[in-house]
Amino acid sequence: MSALKEQEYSKSIDFGLWKDLFKYIKPYRNRIIALIVVMMGSGGIDVIFPLMNRYAIDNFIVTGRLDKLWVFAGIYAGLVALQAINVYFFIYFAGRIEMSLSYDIRKAGFKRLQELSFSYYDKTSVGWLMARMTSDVERLGATIAWSLVDLTWGGTAMVGGLIAMLYMNWKLALISLAVVPFLGVISIYFQKRILGSYRIVRRTNSRITGAFNEGIMGAKTTKTLVREEENLKEFKALTGEMHTSSVRAAVFSSIYFPIVIAMGSIGTALALWFGGRGVLLQTIGFGTLSAFISYVTQFFGPINELARIIAEFQNAQASAERVMAMINTEPDIVDRPEVIEKYGTEFEPRHDNWEEIKGDITFKDVSFSYKEGEEVLENFSLDVKRGESIALVGETGSGKSTIVNLLCRFYEPVEGLILIDGVDYRERSQLWLQSNIGYVLQSPHLFSGTIRDNIRYGRLDATDEEVIEAAKLVNAHDFIMKMEDGYDSEVGEGGSMLSTGEKQLISFARAILADPRILVLDEATSSIDTETEQMIQYAINKLLEGRTSFIIAHRLSTIRSADRILVIKDGQMIEEGNHRELMKQGGYYYRLYTNQFREEQELSILKV
Amino acid sequence: MEDKNWGYLWKVSKGNRMLYVGAIISMALTAVLSLLPPLVISITVDSIIGDEPFTASPIVVSMIHRLGGKSVLAQNLWICGLALVILNIFIGLFNFTRGKWSAQAAEGIARNIRNNLYDHLQRLPYDEHVKAETGDLIQRCTSDVETTRRFLAMQLVEMGRAIVLLAASLYFMLSLSVKMTFVSIAVIPIIFLFSFIFFSKIKKAFKEADEAEGRLSTVLQENLTGIRVVRAFGRQAYEARKFDEKNTEYTNLWYRLNTIMALYWSSSDLLAMGQIGAVLVLGVYWAALGEITLGTLMAFMSYEWMLLWPVRQLGRILSDMGRTQVSLGRIKEILEKPLEDMNEDGLTPPMDGDIEFRNVYFEYEQGKPVLKDVSFKVKGGQTVAILGSTGSGKSSLVHLLQGLYDYNKGSVTIGGVELRDIDKRYLRRQVGIVLQEPFLFSKTIKENIALAKLDASDKEIYKAASIAAVHDVIKEFERGYDTTVGERGVTLSGGQKQRVAMARTLILDSSILIFDDSLSAVDTETDNAIRQALSEHSKGVTTFIISHRITTISQADIILVMEDGRIVQSGTHEELLSQEGMYRRIWSIQNALEEELEKNLALS
Ligand SMILES: Nc1ncnc2c1ncn2[C@@H]1O[C@H](COP(=O)(O)OP(=O)(O)OP(=O)(O)O)[C@@H](O)[C@H]1O
Ligand SMILES: Nc1ncnc2c1ncn2[C@@H]1O[C@H](COP(=O)(O)OP(=O)(O)OP(=O)(O)O)[C@@H](O)[C@H]1O
Ligand SMILES: [Mg+2]
Ligand SMILES: [Mg+2]
Repeated sequence: MSALKEQEYSKSIDFGLWKDLFKYIKPYRNRIIALIVVMMGSGGIDVIFPLMNRYAIDNFIVTGRLDKLWVFAGIYAGLVALQAINVYFFIYFAGRIEMSLSYDIRKAGFKRLQELSFSYYDKTSVGWLMARMTSDVERLGATIAWSLVDLTWGGTAMVGGLIAMLYMNWKLALISLAVVPFLGVISIYFQKRILGSYRIVRRTNSRITGAFNEGIMGAKTTKTLVREEENLKEFKALTGEMHTSSVRAAVFSSIYFPIVIAMGSIGTALALWFGGRGVLLQTIGFGTLSAFISYVTQFFGPINELARIIAEFQNAQASAERVMAMINTEPDIVDRPEVIEKYGTEFEPRHDNWEEIKGDITFKDVSFSYKEGEEVLENFSLDVKRGESIALVGETGSGKSTIVNLLCRFYEPVEGLILIDGVDYRERSQLWLQSNIGYVLQSPHLFSGTIRDNIRYGRLDATDEEVIEAAKLVNAHDFIMKMEDGYDSEVGEGGSMLSTGEKQLISFARAILADPRILVLDEATSSIDTETEQMIQYAINKLLEGRTSFIIAHRLSTIRSADRILVIKDGQMIEEGNHRELMKQGGYYYRLYTNQFREEQELSILKV
Repeated sequence: MEDKNWGYLWKVSKGNRMLYVGAIISMALTAVLSLLPPLVISITVDSIIGDEPFTASPIVVSMIHRLGGKSVLAQNLWICGLALVILNIFIGLFNFTRGKWSAQAAEGIARNIRNNLYDHLQRLPYDEHVKAETGDLIQRCTSDVETTRRFLAMQLVEMGRAIVLLAASLYFMLSLSVKMTFVSIAVIPIIFLFSFIFFSKIKKAFKEADEAEGRLSTVLQENLTGIRVVRAFGRQAYEARKFDEKNTEYTNLWYRLNTIMALYWSSSDLLAMGQIGAVLVLGVYWAALGEITLGTLMAFMSYEWMLLWPVRQLGRILSDMGRTQVSLGRIKEILEKPLEDMNEDGLTPPMDGDIEFRNVYFEYEQGKPVLKDVSFKVKGGQTVAILGSTGSGKSSLVHLLQGLYDYNKGSVTIGGVELRDIDKRYLRRQVGIVLQEPFLFSKTIKENIALAKLDASDKEIYKAASIAAVHDVIKEFERGYDTTVGERGVTLSGGQKQRVAMARTLILDSSILIFDDSLSAVDTETDNAIRQALSEHSKGVTTFIISHRITTISQADIILVMEDGRIVQSGTHEELLSQEGMYRRIWSIQNALEEELEKNLALS
């Protein structure tokens, strides 16, 4: 069972939610008006049909004169044609609204997902987000558009029926409408239950999508650990829950409809009873009664529809809550309005206003924790001059990656400041900073596509020559050329068709191609063999000249030549200096690297 | 092919078929009963309130007489009303059983399909997963299943209603007037033919839309999975464009489908309403001539709706059937992928014996061998280290040992038994591997360590974690072993992730252990500690260690040096040092540092 908590929603009806949704509906105002006009036309014609029947009965059957029957037939045919045109347009408009709405919401959702901070992704499963972006959006779009159709349709028919009923005989009308208040009460009662059960359904749907995603992504691990059966058992628990909760939702709806149908029939029965008596007492005409009865049916017919829509709306609301909550999530890290004003957004940067970055970096008493109470960095201060190369070493989990994550503003300090070129980096946009940083992440990740595409991700307008040059720099050119399709070889999703070291080299090349002022290498060469590393070391050193760089590595060979080495322990800098100085100090660094050496020495002494 | 899709549906419907029968019977009863209220209304209006003679079937007439006949009923019209309500209550009741049973059946089948898919996906060969398009698979497992479920929950049962309604209303109509009946059904065959042709045509459009949705999912999934890279390069706008492209493509395909549907619906409605008009006009004509009664005409007008409704509905069902067939096809595509052959009747020999590779060749793609003529021999309980250049085939080599891939030529034996002949489940249980890029599940650390050994006691878990030198670290977390790791372990540091993955494998007490570059993200000190603990804990366990650090591998009993898919050197540390070759070259690079260190030390 996934231990990350999928969000729960509990408000009964959230009008704010529908207000939010309204924003998305608004651009389609015209289409909706068109739709409603079409629907009303259609509903109107529906009201006319019984009138036509009555007219036919009264004027042809009763009188027995048929000479105008063909005119009548012609008019009827005209109405039918008109109605068919209405049908065409209502499907056309409703469908358009549905698709456009879904399109817009997906677009807005995707945009928001690009803005959300890493901290959001730390606790949210990819599968859950996918469920929101696919099935929830789809459900939402479909319900809004088509329910609008049904609502207008049913509403028009009902209002038409109602007016006709009242007009014909208001007393009789009120008698048959006596059931309506009861229907209202019942609807409110069921509306709550149905919503509650659909919430569980949607949540489970999200978790199932998550399980599929994790199941597929982790399938290799599952295989090596022979855990297929256990996984399936856990998954079956989820689908079982889905089954139970869906059936429950269906049962609620299935109880609700029949009640509405039965209540509606009481209305009809009342009309029949009292109306029939009226005819016998000769207070009502016979034709009036039969027309009245058909209006009653026309009134209560759509009530069943309305009941269905109410149920469906609950379903849509359960989806809407999830989607809107996602879109309305504020990223933890946002650019201030005045910053956006000057630098633009992630999507529309204003490059003209961007200052050139120089690469001076200052950490000023930075404290940071991912979770409250678990300090990872405490009062960390650091001053880096442009062009300097800084190596971070230390035990695993000491906070090295955290420091560079802060530098890249993937997280922001809880306390303290980070200055770039002497200015608090919050005064500038995230994109400004991130476009100037080349970051090789600790776990290399490539996108499906060719090797060329992946390297070019560093700089989209790079020429093929530049791509190749970057690959040559990290010594990847040779292995790439050995592949059948060279730079056009597919790497597979996540780069799964390459070896880990090859992936690292590609992601290294990608960062180099970006030609950043600040380069961050987080274990960029940890899985690369010593000889290759040696070969690219020279190139790297040359590349680093004039750039500020942060290098995290456990290998001595990688960090030795850094201008300054910081030893991090438990989120604090315990030693600082270049290689020579630190060796002299004889502290942690000294121990770290003489250990290797000592052991080696002991070993050879023992074996000799 | 297409029939096979429905065949699959039939297969997974097992256990839910009776529910369906129940639902369809309920549906049929509802449908039949639904024909009665108009009858009640028309009899009441025509013959009880009006003066028409009773035209209904004898049963109804005798029932009316038993209730007291026309005059009593006319005085007590509430009885007619009550009859109407009671009928509707029954309709409601059957509506309920239909709704419940069809939901149960459809959800049951959907559950079976989901379980089948999950199970099948897990048991595909390793290679399939390397090449999988996760987003597309997810779309099939969710959206396509949903399409199928919806069809089953709503449309299939409707089919029962439609057919029953058709038959029943035909029966009633025939009993009222044969002539009128013929007029009433004239258009039905045309509508059917029209629907049929139409929907066999738009299946292709459905397929395209479905595939576009798959591509949309793929882009989304990849983006979310790689969101850290996206952000690191500030590629949000680029990604948004990429997504928008797929989003537009998908939406446009649906626009097109929608237009087609609108066309279909309006023309079939034109036919249906024209039909009603024809009935009305002809009915009026005949009624005026006195050939049918007014009541009959009114009844016909009601039945006509009831007849044409299912006809239109059948058109809709047909359209959804086309869509469902496409979805089922996509689901089937997954389920038809051959499963990994687990060699279940294979041997289960003791695994502590010698391991021998003899002239092994292996290739991922035809004609591009990744392992070439690999031969070596390891005694049971020995430690083997593998050193080699990037992409030289180290991981591939150890993957063979777990049976994740099959070698193309040569032989691999464990204790003299050919690897291929061993039961794969048994093999994988006995050979513990820590993959080079470990995947953690979004569970607690404890659950992650006990992943493959559910009944592990806390003590075992702690012990495994201690050997992997991660116990103390975990203890320091606020929630200790109950800390949840983010998806794929993102909330742990690189080294922590690696070590949790190691603990997860160590807890299995396997006879063969493989560490694929598992110490790359830990510092040398921790590396040392782990190896120390390991050598104490796993005495007698044949161990493979892949590493680039000479210090990590120098104590191994045998060291294999790989280059370009071949083993170019093998021997102990000392032997290899005394040879010209890659090992010595690497050693001297790493040692040069140490010499320098030594100098530094001497200086200080
Ligand atoms: N996203 C996160 N959410 C919560 N805690 C985190 C997160 N990332 C890291 N941590 C915790 O913060 C601490 C520091 O992690 P960090 O990744 O900075 O270590 P590191 O020095 O890079 O280690 P390594 O060498 O293993 O990569 C660790 O205890 C880790 O568990
Ligand atoms: N699924 C795959 N399909 C095709 N080729 C692959 C696949 N996996 C790996 N390769 C190729 O096979 C070769 C050997 O890969 P392998 O993963 O065994 O290397 P490795 O020695 O483990 O390298 P590293 O030190 O980088 O981990 C590489 O050239 C790689 O590109
Ligand atoms: Mg790290
Ligand atoms: Mg490897």
